[in-house]
Amino acid sequence: MEWIFEPWPWYVAGPLIAFIMFLLIFIGKQFGMSSNLRTFCTMCGADKTASFFNFDWKSQRWNLVVVVGAALGGFIGAHYLSNDVAVAINPDTIAILKDLGFNSAGSAYLPDELFSLDALTNVKSVGLLLLGGLLIGFGARYAGGCTSGHAISGLSNLQLPSLIAVIGFFIGGLFMVHVLFPLIF
Amino acid sequence: MKKTLSYLFIGMFFGIVMYKSEAASWFRIYEMFQFQSFHMYGIIGSALVLGVIGVQLIKRNNLKSIYGEPIKFVPKEKGITRYLLGGTIFGLGWALAGSCPGPIYTLIGAGYVSILVVLFGAIVGTFIYGLLKDKLPH
Repeated sequence: MEWIFEPWPWYVAGPLIAFIMFLLIFIGKQFGMSSNLRTFCTMCGADKTASFFNFDWKSQRWNLVVVVGAALGGFIGAHYLSNDVAVAINPDTIAILKDLGFNSAGSAYLPDELFSLDALTNVKSVGLLLLGGLLIGFGARYAGGCTSGHAISGLSNLQLPSLIAVIGFFIGGLFMVHVLFPLIF
Repeated sequence: MKKTLSYLFIGMFFGIVMYKSEAASWFRIYEMFQFQSFHMYGIIGSALVLGVIGVQLIKRNNLKSIYGEPIKFVPKEKGITRYLLGGTIFGLGWALAGSCPGPIYTLIGAGYVSILVVLFGAIVGTFIYGLLKDKLPH
C-alpha cells in the first residue's frame, strides 16, 4: 500500500478521472467545474446586474457539493495520503524555472514565489494570481467550459467546439509560458 | 441526503485524484506547456480514450441513469470565435495561475491560502464576462 503515498502515475489518474465523469453521468449529471463560478456570482446577487446570471442556481447545488468534496479531497490527499510535497518534474524544467527565479522548483507542490504566505505581501505576486484568476474565470465562461467541461467531457463526446476550445487552451498556455513568462519573471 | 452524500464523495474522490496525480500542481502545468513530460498528456489522454469509448457504449446501448432516466448528451453550440478566443484567454490564465477551476478547490483544501486570490479573480472574471456577454463576438 506504500504506493498510495507516492505521486500517482498518469495511468492511474487518467482512468480514475474518466471513472468520475461516468459516475456523474450515471447519476444524471455532467462533469464541469467552472460552471460553479457562475453559480457563485448568482448567489451573490449578480442576476440583478446581468441577465447571464439569471438562472435557477439551486439546480446547481449538487455541483457546489462536488466542489466542497473536491476541497475535502485536497485536504485528505495533502494531509493523510502524502509523505512529501515535492513534485518531481523534469530536471530540465527545474533548470529553466530556476533561471526565471523559481527556486522552489523541484522541492514544492506550488511555487513559493507565487503562493507562499510571504508572497501574499508582495504586490506583484498577488497581482499575478488575481490576473490569472480573472483570465481563468472570464475565459472559461466565454469558451463555455474549462478543462473538465471541454477537454474531458466535451472531447469524450467528440464535440468539435470542445476541440477548438482545447486548441485555444494551448495557444494561450504556450504563449504565456514561452513568450510572457520571460517578460514577467 | 443520500444524493448529497454521493456528490460529496464523488467530489472528494476527484479532489484526491487531482492532488495525488499532481494535476493540481503549478509545476506540472508549466512542465506540460514546456512539453518536457508525458505526465499531464497521459492523464488527459487516457481519461479521454476511456471517455470516448464509454460515451459511445452509453449511446449505442441507450443506457439509462441509475434513476432509470435516459442519459442525454447535450451537444455544444456550434461556433468558432467564442471557443478559440475564450479558450485562448482561459489558457493564458491556466498557465499563469497553474490551476484550472477544479484544482482550485483542491488546493484550498490542501491549505494553500493564496489560491483564494485566484478563486476571487475567477469569480470576478466570470462576472465581467456576464456583463460583457452581449458585446462579445461568439
